[in-house]
Amino acid sequence: MTLDEVFHFAKAKLPTAQQRELTGAPRTPSTCVNAQTGEDMSDITIYFAKKIITMNPARPEATHVAVRDGRILGAGSLKELEGWGTYTLDDRFAEKILMPGFVEGHAHAMEGTLWRKIYCGFFDRTDPSGRTWPGLKSIDAILERLRDAEAELTDPNTPLGGFQLDPIYMGNVTVNRQQLDSVSATRPIGVLHASGHIMNVNTKALELAGLLRPGINHPGIPLGDDGLPTGVLKGPEVYMPVGPHVGFNRSATDADEDGLRAFAKLCVHTGTTTVTDLASRLEPEAVEMMLRVTGEQDFPARVVPLKFFMGHTPEDLVQIAVDLRDRSTDKLRLGRIKVIADGSIQGFTARMKAPGYYNGAPNGLWYIAPEQMDQIYRLALQAGVPVHTHTNGDEATELVLDTLAPALLANPRPDHRFTLQHCQLADTAQFRRIKALGLCVNLFANHHFYWGDEHYRLTVGPERATRMNACRTALNHGVPLAIHSDAPVTPLGPLFTAWAAVNRITASGRIQGAHERIEVSEALYAITLGAAYTLHLDGEIGSIETGKSADFAVLDQDPTKVAAENLKDIPIWGTVIAGHIQAAADQ
Amino acid sequence: MSTPVTVIGGYLGAGKTTLINTLLRQADGHRLAVLVNEFGALSIDEDLILAQEGDVISIAGGCICCTFGDNLVGAFTDLLSLSPPPDHLIIEASGVAIPSSIAATLSLVQGVTLHGTVVLLDAETVQKRARDTYIGDTITRQIETADLLLATKADLVDDGHLDILRDWLGTLTARAALLPVRHGAVPNEVVLGLPARPDTLSVRALEDHGALYSSLTLYQTAPADPHALIRAFEDSHFGTLRAKGHFRNAAQQVMELQGTGVRLTLTPASRDPVALAIVFIGLKAELDKDGITKALSPLNFHPKT
Repeated sequence: MTLDEVFHFAKAKLPTAQQRELTGAPRTPSTCVNAQTGEDMSDITIYFAKKIITMNPARPEATHVAVRDGRILGAGSLKELEGWGTYTLDDRFAEKILMPGFVEGHAHAMEGTLWRKIYCGFFDRTDPSGRTWPGLKSIDAILERLRDAEAELTDPNTPLGGFQLDPIYMGNVTVNRQQLDSVSATRPIGVLHASGHIMNVNTKALELAGLLRPGINHPGIPLGDDGLPTGVLKGPEVYMPVGPHVGFNRSATDADEDGLRAFAKLCVHTGTTTVTDLASRLEPEAVEMMLRVTGEQDFPARVVPLKFFMGHTPEDLVQIAVDLRDRSTDKLRLGRIKVIADGSIQGFTARMKAPGYYNGAPNGLWYIAPEQMDQIYRLALQAGVPVHTHTNGDEATELVLDTLAPALLANPRPDHRFTLQHCQLADTAQFRRIKALGLCVNLFANHHFYWGDEHYRLTVGPERATRMNACRTALNHGVPLAIHSDAPVTPLGPLFTAWAAVNRITASGRIQGAHERIEVSEALYAITLGAAYTLHLDGEIGSIETGKSADFAVLDQDPTKVAAENLKDIPIWGTVIAGHIQAAADQ
Repeated sequence: MSTPVTVIGGYLGAGKTTLINTLLRQADGHRLAVLVNEFGALSIDEDLILAQEGDVISIAGGCICCTFGDNLVGAFTDLLSLSPPPDHLIIEASGVAIPSSIAATLSLVQGVTLHGTVVLLDAETVQKRARDTYIGDTITRQIETADLLLATKADLVDDGHLDILRDWLGTLTARAALLPVRHGAVPNEVVLGLPARPDTLSVRALEDHGALYSSLTLYQTAPADPHALIRAFEDSHFGTLRAKGHFRNAAQQVMELQGTGVRLTLTPASRDPVALAIVFIGLKAELDKDGITKALSPLNFHPKT
């Protein structure tokens, strides 16, 4: 038998989907076998799915997608794809919806490490193993969960840590050290708030940190009637000295190997195939670890770590990014910089333009001097290193615009795709300038759900809260748009993020800023090609089309067919990444 | 034993690098540890550098300089566990940091005692900078919450300009002491606080900078209420840049006092001092010796007779 005959034989033997429907042929993957050697000789797999949403306007929907060596040959009907040659038909996704793997353009791998602590959040949240922890609606429920966890610890000195406490949903009730003492008076306990800004600790933890003493005079440490700290520690600089005693290590923002693996598992559960680690220190050992782990064939995520700016001169910073860029692999993309301009809105550290905060709080803090930002931008433009800048307040966004404009004039860099991250309070005039300067935005759609009510009531007031995270305005002005979770600040979950941008519902259930809502199709674009664009990866991922990586999100329902308010509830079966199938159930 | 720590802040270009190099040159056997946000932003003079390994630069005379990036407390823990530990920690705050916030955080760290926040400002340009849309309020906040202000490059402006600067600073802060610095010359004792060694009352500052500075030493003749002492300095620092000494309180405990401008810090003394006395130093033209003597007289402090 000649090779051609083998192919012909194989094709003839394989029923098309239509034939199978008619004949009732079994839905098991067919294989192409060399009649002489008995070896599997087909290197093309054609996946049949209920529907494939490609994000490719040439063929927006398809039933089949052909994959070879982790790359997409094409999407279409089986007949169209047969021309690529001998193939194996895989119909495991026959009842599934395939989309391009989701791209999370602003998350932190720290989400992976946090799950070693006890989840104390208000909303249901799924851990890397796929277990969904019910949200806790009262302090008593939180204490009970901590007690259960405490009972499982054998060593009496092991600290007990919790995360994602958010008392704003419980009428801003405070948790004091005595309450945590009721979990254990002998074991140090620390519970980090969802904002990342506050930590509650018990008496033992204060004692170990030397803070159980009268006479402490610090705005971040409220005192009780007894003159001793209440156990509420406000601000990272305040809880950091206590952190090591309660199991929060100083470099908690960087993922270790286990954390990175856990982070990738979360990606599978959420249909995410490319994820950023947006403020990574990228110490040499960490880079080696990331290269090794992501290099494993079955590692289920593409990771894009951005080098955190702090601790380096602009010259060193850009040089580090250039050196790292050359070490990029298919699954680990290096060579980008993250700069932080200001703080957070709910922490009142964001830099606001006049008239400032609604409640009269003083203006926030800069985390970089304008001169340093200018230098980083100029050097990065020269070197072709993309810079993503965190801005929350509108004054911080304004500074980026005022700084980038002259830097670009002096160092023209077409297609620079510098990106404003969060950019929550940009107004329409700023979006016009953003467009003019060729910037992208990655807006914090999830934030609107979780803290929108607080912004309305307290931080920026009704008018600005109603236009925050202005996705519609961005698109109307032609600004490249991504939307994000900032995990672990809010849970990783691009479909949830799309839901948030489409509905603009706040935690209390109000629609806040209906005029800034975007269409489902636009939101799906934002969590695929939109985010890929901000990373210069839109030529490789973000859509299901010829030549791109075979990265898919595998869904149980069609996001274009469910009601928009149910977008977040679509079950996710898992992902395919570079042709490797990753079932959420196996994680 | 608590290690003294001084926070040095001020916007870019205010002269922090020059000052820190000066402090290292004048260390005189004191092991200073300088914590910087990033190398490069602070360039240590090459002739001072003995070796560099990773995040730590070794400097002649046992001093070191290390980067802390965004983890100050972690760097602190590392430094205090060195053997032997540094005699004095200097934190160089970033240009946009509010040094008093860092100082507040330090009050939470075990094993260190704050010797004040020193904010540098460029005598020529600070008022213009303070009007900047973006960083103006950062600069005024740095000034408002400082204990000691060093007006650098004072040799580049005339006396009239300095008067205007002094008036302007007076509208921002009444608490901070102001010291014009000419040609970068300033004694370590003024910037860092007087040595925490209880065995000396000599003030080297006066030997090296005798023409500029003056000092006053008052001796305690009977126990005094420490709060009355602090109250005496509440409204005016009498031109005092730095104060240091020991005294006995009503409970017969020996307390150590450190003063920076109007900020007086009291801690229980770790060792018995050679004398119960307080030294005040200030500019010769500004130190109000009579005022201090009068204010402390009811508290049983008197000049040696």
